[in-house]
Amino acid sequence: MCTGLAIAALTLLPLGYVLWTTAELGRDEAVDFLWRPRIGELLWNTVRLLLAGVAASVVVGVAGAWVVERTDVPGRGWWHGLLCAPLAVPAFVNGFGWVSTTHAVQSFPGAVMVVTLSYYPLVYLPTVAALRRLDPAVEEVATALGKGSWAVFWRVTLPAISPAVLGGALLVGLHLLAEYGALQLLNYPTLTTAILQQYATVFNGPEATLLALVLVTFCLLLLGVELLVRGRRPRSRVGAGSSRQAARTRLGRRRPLVLLGLAALAAWALGVPLASLVRWLVRGTSAGIDGAELTGALGTTVLLAVLGGLLTTAAAVPVVWLAVRHRGLLGTAIERSVYTASAMPGIVIALALVTVSIRVVPELYQTLALLVVGYLVLFLPRAVVSVRGTFELVPPGLEDVARSLGCSGLGVARRVTLPLVLPGLAAGAALVALAVSTELTATLLLAPLGTDTLATRFWSDASSIAYGAAAPYALALIVLSVPSTWLLARLSIRSTR
Amino acid sequence: MNNHLRRAGLALAALTLATPLLAACSEDEPKLVIYNAQHEPLLEELAPAFTKETGIEVELRNGKDLELSNQLVQEGDASPADVFLTENSPAMSQVEAAGLFDELPADLVAPIPEQYRPRSGLWTGFVARSTVLVYNTDQVQESELPASLLDLAAPEWKGRISFSPTGADFQAIVAAVLELEGEEATKAWLEGIKANGTVYDGNNLVLEAVDSGEVEVGIVYHYYWERDRKENGDVSDHSAQHYFTGGDPGAFVSVSGAGVLKSSDMKKEAREFVEFLVEEQGQQILADSYALEYPLNPAVQLEGVTKPFSELQPPQVNVSDLDAEAVVDLMTEVGFL
Repeated sequence: MCTGLAIAALTLLPLGYVLWTTAELGRDEAVDFLWRPRIGELLWNTVRLLLAGVAASVVVGVAGAWVVERTDVPGRGWWHGLLCAPLAVPAFVNGFGWVSTTHAVQSFPGAVMVVTLSYYPLVYLPTVAALRRLDPAVEEVATALGKGSWAVFWRVTLPAISPAVLGGALLVGLHLLAEYGALQLLNYPTLTTAILQQYATVFNGPEATLLALVLVTFCLLLLGVELLVRGRRPRSRVGAGSSRQAARTRLGRRRPLVLLGLAALAAWALGVPLASLVRWLVRGTSAGIDGAELTGALGTTVLLAVLGGLLTTAAAVPVVWLAVRHRGLLGTAIERSVYTASAMPGIVIALALVTVSIRVVPELYQTLALLVVGYLVLFLPRAVVSVRGTFELVPPGLEDVARSLGCSGLGVARRVTLPLVLPGLAAGAALVALAVSTELTATLLLAPLGTDTLATRFWSDASSIAYGAAAPYALALIVLSVPSTWLLARLSIRSTR
Repeated sequence: MNNHLRRAGLALAALTLATPLLAACSEDEPKLVIYNAQHEPLLEELAPAFTKETGIEVELRNGKDLELSNQLVQEGDASPADVFLTENSPAMSQVEAAGLFDELPADLVAPIPEQYRPRSGLWTGFVARSTVLVYNTDQVQESELPASLLDLAAPEWKGRISFSPTGADFQAIVAAVLELEGEEATKAWLEGIKANGTVYDGNNLVLEAVDSGEVEVGIVYHYYWERDRKENGDVSDHSAQHYFTGGDPGAFVSVSGAGVLKSSDMKKEAREFVEFLVEEQGQQILADSYALEYPLNPAVQLEGVTKPFSELQPPQVNVSDLDAEAVVDLMTEVGFL
């Protein structure tokens, strides 16, 4: 119980820090800083990017999922893979690919396009999974009652898959609010880029914290809006139905057009960044790659990823255990508090840890341990989700039986529980490790003296437009992201068949 | 529960074991910790030469001028830093005002002319950079170029200028304008160029934007263009630099500073580093390096740039008078930050 409470406290630290520092600052000063045109500009930029980016991601993600899952488009398996693949290109690498190709993307439409190309898979994946799970009987009934296929989609299919689409849209929104690298390269200022600029100008002054407060408010609002939109309309039905393949819509003469659309999407989301990467790689190689630096950064990245993955998963265990085995107010509260951290952008978590460590535990400041704690807070929700999935499948009766047969408490854990939950633990650790390996914002602030990761090396080169020097790091980041993308692509279409 | 506690404990133990292990790879004996806001490549050439000369190992923490100066102020006595190096002097003044610098012996800094040192003697300049206006040669004729940096606030430059207000470089230029022209005129100028200009985050980006014709002129320091000329010329082949003259604020020469921190536990070594930095050998390394900044020791000259140091006509500004915090406040008020 104590461990669980400690972990919950840790994940609530960023929010507490933001509120505390703001309260400390005094109202007039805060109002003076926040009530001025510059903040209005940042808010306007953030809001319109949020709305347009989420809308575009939903359109692209849902349309892609529907084509792959519900039409007779040839090569569906391939298209599914290609449509998931942009997840393996971190958004800041995608931004690098585009901006080093054309300056035209340094604008509002350009920013919307690049973030959409990076984040639409977050809508696509859950939508594909939901379409697979859907019992087509209801749609067939609607068709039998004389509705056209368009009307069926709007009035039957879309409402049925809307929780999945909304969940994806929420994820896109949270990612957009936290995005730094891509938008910085695109010269598109938002709240998050402004916080980092404040940090570079006055270290962690109260201004950065005030902006962080606004950013956190946005994230929480977004969570609230999603809950509201999702509504209370019951979606359950009596009887599970059966998820079988729905009749695929024949594309007929529209087929070339649809194929063209899919190809264009793949070309823009993957082709452009990869082509520019290759181009810079070739030029960079002629300029000479510093192999020692690259392997050094790779080593540090892998070490941090492994440490972060193991520790975060270990921290997820008591949280899940409390939530699953001790269902009560406290257990639920602890689990929920962990989830609020998922709305906390990396920059806010990093600012909180910098301040708290300088003021309270200076021994921890600028250490690897603090960086790993940052990863833990940032990625704990991912580990909790995947650990919880397997924990719930372990019937408590099994443990009781083992105990009644004379097994000690520790023996039960080792011989019964652990083997059963191991896949979940492994998946959780892997997901977190992969997320750590491409993390940029928090790492920039928390990495100790002389510690370079692939992401920070890439960033220092790319942001000073040494594109050739940045390319090898970008490639390494993509390679590191491929396994998790592959895993997610597989899971989304395998889960129910 | 025990089991979970134990697992968490094990993980923590693994972490605490791994941390010193990682650090151990590089920490046999104490290293001189330099908070470095100067360009990394410059220190990557200088530091090994220093180590070779003195046997003292060096560790760098890289950051931006004001990021590191504010960090030093927050860390106070607990700071691990021994030496602080900046690109521009306002950040040095800030650390000086916080009382964190240790006195530098007068004979140690003697090679640097007096006007590039603060009156307090608590730190010293070691290289300098000149403000320039880089312009796109296809879009702008030499005759159209402004006589003063302050002219860029005029309506005729609307939509044609660019700069990087979030950087310490531009903020140092604003500090000079503030010192020379006073608060009111500086504010009016800032509002004018805000209305006229495109903002980028980084002088490299300004140069690239000017060279590609995105925007006609940009306010930067001299070495961005010079450096690209020496390398591949990718982002300087459609541009040239315009030097302001006659003590105009636009001819401002910004001084990069070096100082030893009071909190240092390696003061002797730290002073040796500063000494190496200002003496002929170190200055020559700086002059020959990729940095292309002007060495301040008169015994050493920067070769192969558009204008030698002696031909610059900077305004008379004492480095002690540049006020970083006033600039940040002013720029926040105008809405750049």
